[in-house]
Amino acid sequence: MTAPRTSTAPATFTPAPGSAPLARMVLAQARMESRLMLRNGEQLLLALVIPVIVLVGGVVAAGRLGSSLGERAAVDVLTPGVLALAVMSTAFTSVAIATGFERRYGVIKLLGASPLPRHGLLLGKALALLAVVAVQLVVLVGVGLLLGWEPALAHPVRTAVGVVLSVALGTAAFAALGLFVAGVLRAEATLALANLVYLLLMAGGGVVLPTSTYGSAGTLIQWLPSGALGEAVRGALVDAQIDGRALVVLAAWAVLGTLLTARTFRWE
Amino acid sequence: MSVAAPAVEIDGLVMAYGDKVAVDGLSLDVARGSITAVLGPNGAGKTTTLETCEGFRAPQQGTVRVLGLDPQRDRTALLPRIGVMLQDGGAWSGVRAVEMLEHMATLHAHPLDTAMLVARLGLGDCGRTPYRRLSGGQRQRLGLAVALVGRPELVFVDEPTAGMDPQARRTTWELLEEVREDGVTVVLTTHHMDEAEHLADQIHIIDRGTAIASGTPAELTRGGRSATIRLVVNRPFPDGAPESLRADLGPQTEVRQLDEVSMLIHGPADASTLGRVSRWCEEHGVLPQTLNLGQRTLEDVFLELTGRELAP
Repeated sequence: MTAPRTSTAPATFTPAPGSAPLARMVLAQARMESRLMLRNGEQLLLALVIPVIVLVGGVVAAGRLGSSLGERAAVDVLTPGVLALAVMSTAFTSVAIATGFERRYGVIKLLGASPLPRHGLLLGKALALLAVVAVQLVVLVGVGLLLGWEPALAHPVRTAVGVVLSVALGTAAFAALGLFVAGVLRAEATLALANLVYLLLMAGGGVVLPTSTYGSAGTLIQWLPSGALGEAVRGALVDAQIDGRALVVLAAWAVLGTLLTARTFRWE
Repeated sequence: MSVAAPAVEIDGLVMAYGDKVAVDGLSLDVARGSITAVLGPNGAGKTTTLETCEGFRAPQQGTVRVLGLDPQRDRTALLPRIGVMLQDGGAWSGVRAVEMLEHMATLHAHPLDTAMLVARLGLGDCGRTPYRRLSGGQRQRLGLAVALVGRPELVFVDEPTAGMDPQARRTTWELLEEVREDGVTVVLTTHHMDEAEHLADQIHIIDRGTAIASGTPAELTRGGRSATIRLVVNRPFPDGAPESLRADLGPQTEVRQLDEVSMLIHGPADASTLGRVSRWCEEHGVLPQTLNLGQRTLEDVFLELTGRELAP
């Protein structure tokens, strides 16, 4: 302010408004959201504990029963499936629940009156989400390797591209759907629905187990975002293939989810 | 930018939710460097008005200018310059109080020292408490700290002391007064007369979405055609006492029994009213222990203007 003051030092609350640089705001927002997600017990259960239990339990059970999936060792098929499950749990369930309660507790509204613009908020959310997914993947890859997982490394570049594309598109598709749910339902209803959908898709959505193991239902399940994500990750890590069809399905779900969210989301 | 230009100019604002009209042709100005209170009962349209100034809602009719800017069109330019304290807080449920304040500070270019704010608002004890476990008063204090941390030119505070104990309320008032001394414009909503009377340089009384009176606390309570008489007697009033007293005093008088030995009488501010009250006591065998011609309060003003009481 240019108004002259009689004292030499500015007083405590003398106005000096201004917004921080966008990059700083986005990074602060991402740090905050990822920290909150990793600190929350229920979120952590979804993000890490359940996938680890599914992986370890699945591999142990397969060993006891002496079964394998096709010609592959159970761990080689289950590890990519559990990586897909982890992406789904964070991008869909955690995002939906966290956003639902952000609306309930007025965080989104308060941030709407702060210098952080809406696109900065979305960017921060996306970064936080990717950071949490990265932590999940590192932990789960470690557990898989300890269990004797041998990823397909015949075409390392193809595998890497396949994994990156499927994780990116799967995250986008599920996050868009999660935001859609959080934007139209009350926080409690979002909590219930997001958990229910997660359980149903984990059990019957073609995430953990290949869609081929579902018999004739598999042809339907491969069009679900869960089935497409599972197939895309397995394609890269089991067969060293880029599953174009599955990636297109994920992209289509991402577009659909984004359109639905854009039309219905209420910030308050 | 002229220093004399109002910080907030609202002209003919109309806001409705479906059939329900929340704000009905409201016009008011807020002078820079003042504390301005928007006073009214719950549901008078106070929060809707504030939210329109904060850019959350577009005016359905009329215009709103804040620091000379349009809160909708010039949102990006305006938001860094204002501080906002929402009525129901605003924080993640799991975030710690100080962590929230520090996060909001990093969104601004020249934030206040958060440790100073924590100390001033007495948030030290609950600094590591998750938001969902803070008391209502603690949430209010955190909300105020968040509104101030970006060193705004103008703060909007919606019911700043709701849920606070008297001590915290006093501290909050002192803080808001200091904020004004330092050149920040404060707009607050309240339904507490004492808050408006104590803090505000300018008061706009709103009811059913329109401003029904505006002025300084002194202007609003000065003179007036009526006064409040507080009557306390030595033993319980006989049955039907308020009606009987009102019949004696005439139709322009309001009589309200507070408990079995006290009444409030709103009526013409003259000696003959006092005389008649005292004669009525004699006739009904009660002895006045207090018979005060009270100073007109904002509550009286509101009652006169609307025929209703302001207390929620």
